[in-house]
Amino acid sequence: MVELTIYGIVLGSIISLGSIGLTLVYGIIRFANFSHGDFLTAGAYVALFLVTGIMAWIGIPDTNFGSLSFGWRMVIAFPISMAVVAGVAILLDQILYRRLRAKKSGAVILAMSSLGAAFIIRMIILILWGADSLFYKPGLMRPAIELPLGAKIRPDQILILCVVLFLVAALHIFLKSTKMGKAMRATADNKELALVTGIDTERIIIWTWGIGGALAAAAGILYGIDVQLHPYMGWNFLIPLFAATILGSIGNMYGALIGGLIIGVAQQVSTAFLMPTYKLPVAFIIMILILFIRPQGIFGKE
Amino acid sequence: MIILQAKDITVGYTEVDILHEVSITAGSGEIISIIGPNGAGKSTLLKTIFGLLKPRHGTITFKEWDITGLKPNMVVRKGISYVPQVDNVFPSMTIQENLEMGAFIRNDDYSQRLKEVYELFPAMAERRKQKVGHLSGGQRQMVAMGRALMLDPQVLLLDEPSAGLAPVLVSGIFEKIRDINATGVAIVIVEQNAKEALKMAHHGYVLAMGRNVLDDTGDALLANEEVGRLYLGG
Repeated sequence: MVELTIYGIVLGSIISLGSIGLTLVYGIIRFANFSHGDFLTAGAYVALFLVTGIMAWIGIPDTNFGSLSFGWRMVIAFPISMAVVAGVAILLDQILYRRLRAKKSGAVILAMSSLGAAFIIRMIILILWGADSLFYKPGLMRPAIELPLGAKIRPDQILILCVVLFLVAALHIFLKSTKMGKAMRATADNKELALVTGIDTERIIIWTWGIGGALAAAAGILYGIDVQLHPYMGWNFLIPLFAATILGSIGNMYGALIGGLIIGVAQQVSTAFLMPTYKLPVAFIIMILILFIRPQGIFGKE
Repeated sequence: MIILQAKDITVGYTEVDILHEVSITAGSGEIISIIGPNGAGKSTLLKTIFGLLKPRHGTITFKEWDITGLKPNMVVRKGISYVPQVDNVFPSMTIQENLEMGAFIRNDDYSQRLKEVYELFPAMAERRKQKVGHLSGGQRQMVAMGRALMLDPQVLLLDEPSAGLAPVLVSGIFEKIRDINATGVAIVIVEQNAKEALKMAHHGYVLAMGRNVLDDTGDALLANEEVGRLYLGG
């Protein structure tokens, strides 16, 4: 049980990272981005391409750091992949959502077009890499560290938690202390007033997509390191992501963080009682329950 | 000296015109009050001046510039600030952050201006770290005006600042508007509370059905029998 909780926190931290991006996009651009899960997948596969493709070709050594399952290649690939997916998210906005916004399309139209974008991203990945599960490093031994109470944790998982913590802290500082971060919060609070104040809200939207895409890519890679890569990995994350976002009140970054951890732990702990295939329905049921009991989420106002 | 002039403005949200050739003029440092019944198009006029609506006909001049059809984020850079009637603060941000957002387009050091705004609204200075969403309606209105003043505007457009406030707070708001005006800012104010608005006005305009009906000095309009009967409650 302790071990499942620990694994839940690791999974939850990955969900948090994804749902923070989702909630930021919702708060500022005001629609449910169904392609957010596929940003995770895209991030994971871009990193795969860099690690096993380009960097193998260049000849960057692939020795692991101590007992971690990756080395310098991943360290280099991680930020590049975040930047690439940020670019993809911004590009999608410029060629798709911006035009729809200009035509004053409703949230449903935008959400449906994001669903289309999700299919496009996923199919491109399927065409390029096929439908099999892949690993950054196949055939890897995964030694674990013994913890008290008989629990085990892998060094990779400790690192995942550290990376998530670092990214969340960085985002927190950005939103609280920088001019652009504050303007993002202001736009989420009251877009019309932000415009009246002279804030260029289109520029804020670009920043929002960039940050959302980058965090999604990070989440995808971390999941790839922890488990495996699959073209549907991000799509399967979509329900946990939305559950976490709604649980933590839509638009609330800190809510998404907490929501993600709750969903992750609930999903993992449920495997003690249910078959692991029920992990997704567990997230779905939590989402339905919140919508019934407290649709505004934990941190929402009445 | 004329600082802001809207001339023959015809505008609407859809094909239907709300305003028909409405004109107003504001001198620098003046308070201009626009009164009239609900649906007269008073708020529409402010939105059009600020660039939130594009006029079908007519011109808007600010100082020596033709600002007709300019977008709000450009109008604000020229030196006009606007306080909407509702949703005029960033509720999840602190008072201090609201004021900082007011100064968003400034790239210079605005700490002096921040001090001046806090001096104008001392109650705000004590609570600068408080979230605006937790403040009362009257205090929010102060924050909204403070935010608009951060750019050191030459003209401040106020859309019904007393709307929805308890009567005891209304006089406080009007007092603040006088204080703001005393610092040299011209004010164009749209108000339901016609009597108070005309009392402080250098010049007043009466709109009805989207047209100019009357315009005169504030005192003259207050003394006008027809205005008294129709808009000042006897």
